[in-house]
Amino acid sequence: MASQELKSADKNFAELATDLLSRARTHGATEADVMVADGETFSVQVRLSAVDRLTKAREKRLGLRVFFGKRSASASTSDFSKESLDRLVSDTCALAKAVVEDDQSGLPDGNLTAKDQPDLDLFDSTSLETEAQIDLARRGEAAALAADPRITNSEGAEFDSSSGRVLLGNSHGFLGEYRSSTFSISVSPIATAPDSGSMQQDSWYAVRHRFARLDSPESVGQEAARRAVRRLGARKLSTRRAPVVFDQEMAAGLLGNLFHAASGYALYKGASFLIGHLGKRLAPELVTIYDDGRLPGGLGSRPFDGEGLPTRKTTVVERGMLTSYLLDTYSGRKLGLASTGNASRGVGESPSVGPTNFYLVPGTTAPAEILRSVREGLYVTELIGFGVNMVTGDYSRGAAGFWIENGELAYPVEEITIAGNLKQMFADIEVVGSDLEFRGRIASPTIKIREMMIAGT
Amino acid sequence: MSTQETAELAQFGLGELEIRQALGRVKVRDVDYADLYFESRVSESVSMEEGIVKRATKSVSQGVGVRATAGEKTGFAYSDELTRKDLEIAADTARYIANSPQGAGTLPVTHRQRPNRDLYPAETSVADIATHERVDLLNLIDAEARRYDPRIKNVMASFNTEYKIVVVATSEGLLVGDVQPLSRLQVTCIAEEHGNRQIGTFGGGGRVGFAFYSERDRYRHYAREAARQAILNLSAVDAPAGIMTVVLAGGWPGILLHEAIGHGLEADFNRRKTSAFSNRIGTRVASELCTIVDDGTLPFRRGSLNMDDEGTPTGRAVLIERGILRGYITDRLNAKLLGIPLTGNGRRESFQSVVLPRMTNTFMLAGESDPQDIIRSVKRGLYAVSFGGGQVDITNGKFVFSASEAYLIEDGAITKPVKGATLIGNGPEILTRVSMVGHDLKLDEGIGTCGKEGQSVPVGVGLPTIRVDEITVGGTKS
Repeated sequence: MASQELKSADKNFAELATDLLSRARTHGATEADVMVADGETFSVQVRLSAVDRLTKAREKRLGLRVFFGKRSASASTSDFSKESLDRLVSDTCALAKAVVEDDQSGLPDGNLTAKDQPDLDLFDSTSLETEAQIDLARRGEAAALAADPRITNSEGAEFDSSSGRVLLGNSHGFLGEYRSSTFSISVSPIATAPDSGSMQQDSWYAVRHRFARLDSPESVGQEAARRAVRRLGARKLSTRRAPVVFDQEMAAGLLGNLFHAASGYALYKGASFLIGHLGKRLAPELVTIYDDGRLPGGLGSRPFDGEGLPTRKTTVVERGMLTSYLLDTYSGRKLGLASTGNASRGVGESPSVGPTNFYLVPGTTAPAEILRSVREGLYVTELIGFGVNMVTGDYSRGAAGFWIENGELAYPVEEITIAGNLKQMFADIEVVGSDLEFRGRIASPTIKIREMMIAGT
Repeated sequence: MSTQETAELAQFGLGELEIRQALGRVKVRDVDYADLYFESRVSESVSMEEGIVKRATKSVSQGVGVRATAGEKTGFAYSDELTRKDLEIAADTARYIANSPQGAGTLPVTHRQRPNRDLYPAETSVADIATHERVDLLNLIDAEARRYDPRIKNVMASFNTEYKIVVVATSEGLLVGDVQPLSRLQVTCIAEEHGNRQIGTFGGGGRVGFAFYSERDRYRHYAREAARQAILNLSAVDAPAGIMTVVLAGGWPGILLHEAIGHGLEADFNRRKTSAFSNRIGTRVASELCTIVDDGTLPFRRGSLNMDDEGTPTGRAVLIERGILRGYITDRLNAKLLGIPLTGNGRRESFQSVVLPRMTNTFMLAGESDPQDIIRSVKRGLYAVSFGGGQVDITNGKFVFSASEAYLIEDGAITKPVKGATLIGNGPEILTRVSMVGHDLKLDEGIGTCGKEGQSVPVGVGLPTIRVDEITVGGTKS
């Protein structure tokens, strides 16, 4: 049962795409692009050492976007039969004729598409046997269960492997294809307080394009256990203002909010608190933020974006100044700016803007040193809820973490909220940690914010 | 044969024999149960912004999910090809978990019991609406929202439809199908005044036809409500921070029940004893005034289903009765392992996802208080009318949800609108503080989507006006 067995029939996607583009032209389309993707996934979940769930699948999908002058529509299907693709072409063309002209619509200029398609180290042909994958998940969970007597239960551990390829072609003659693979492990143990019996769950994970670079199951399991146990005995806080330190994961979340606000679609729609901020100061000098689509092995890396433009490194915030928005062709045209190669796209969808590897450049202060610099404050390790208003920047989310007293973590806290405004929060970044690690497309070191409102009892 | 199911199977180019063979292959000696879930889905979307309908998309997908369970173990595979060979590969993957040799026989289909009701008759929900009609509707919405107030600077609206045909075949001999339409109309307005920019959102939908949106002037109502909320927020003041008495309006604020109670009562978490509600059946988790149900049988509702995704007819499960926890919501696997009743809550996002116990329409039954009296009873507090989204930590019970329209209550009267505040609390405690329940039960407009383990499914919520004596409000103002 190696995942090889599920390898999809060898279809020539390039021919398929070229054929569809010419059929769209026959139907009267002035421009078109085609995206084809296929892939296979294998996922193992174990719980309390026993296999809980095995999932195996392969999928494929083809999407067509057509333009009739300034009118455009998209459609997609998982059925690659001739009849289905005939219907796809005629349906898409009919849809396009039914919508309204949009002056900015269209493919990117033909001379802007990617000329080179560098190998960014996104694919690893390692194929794991079913038993091997079960064993990896088991080892992760076992490490968590063995780490501390207070780890009493588990929501399980999961090991996933997947691989796939993406092909994009357009009527200007662009044709690009790349393969990628992903290996990931996560462990979710539950800790119980011996005295009160109250439970806390936490989890930890690792994800990589290459199997060999993945953290060991043991280290992931131990970290998951450490995170669950340290939450036991959490208290509430009284309502107050205090400095707030965001750990790596939570800081990455804040950066994600910033990405959203700096993306072209939010801006031209009037739905971003960063409207009119280009070239202005957003944060103190110690803040520099990049979006780099070509980081070797990066989880957000790809040789070309969802429109076939080359990916690149964009300086979004340079020493505190907002130097670039993040754009695809359409949102760029709406704002009178050039695309930054951030078109992100599901098969059969119009492009939107998405991050490649979006990160805050690390500073020199170790995270422990940041905590030591706080006399009284909050260290946030979990945020829940959707209380972020992109239009105004108003921010209010449920939080859990630790109360800091005299530079030490004094006790865990929960059932509190932290609130402020994103503009003010970025302006109030006082320290950027040295601990940048990529565990996703958006990454940040630990950061300290001068002060926020904490609501509790 | 001329049964409805055979007609639905034909949609997938399959006959009953192939189903029986595939089930025979997967339902081997050590497999307790196996099923096949065939799904065909056509989704269409048109969207408008800046006064023009710019985008139209259509997506077609079909496939099969094959599942086998053995004890607590589940083997699952899916494929978007429906050839016999693909079914066999999927069946072999699914039965791997049972460590049994390949099965050779066929399994009989013994009953094809259709749910004896039709909550969303297909003839009233034709997916095949001409695109220009959808375009016209969005244009009317744009005009209506802009007419509401000149400070409305942008209107974004989208209309999404989905038409799903499913067939479930099980190793216990069941073969049933359902046709499940779903649509949603969503309006977002941006208002601007002196550089102050605010957003308002409103929408509705259900398992309804296109005519639903014109009946009772619904689309105008959606447009005006989105505009009203955006304009209102222009004058909103900072939300307070700290513990307050909160009055929740009827309808969508029922998301409180979904987050604080509903997820914690899903049987999978309770079988694994990882929920804050584990082992609490029969104990008090809410005040006497609270009776909460999950009901998948309400006609045309977004969260409703004739049958769940395992072919079990949906029903009405009483979760909390006069404050006492009565039961969990279940799918087949968890009901069997826990030895508790099957409630028809086994749901999946698509053929690509596994079945999980999920909510349908979750709401609190009406009480006896007059909603006006409830507001008048509060000296200083918050009146929350509409919410964005919510989230819960199942294990420690902590939940949050964020208000998108809320007001201060001062001396029993609603006064100033406040900016989005997050409410946070503890699931097993929060409803013990409900001191008044209104007689005005209202269900939401039909926009809810619930996420769990990465799977999204449509759900509904409902609530009468209620008074909660203490909730932590996460504002910015001390």
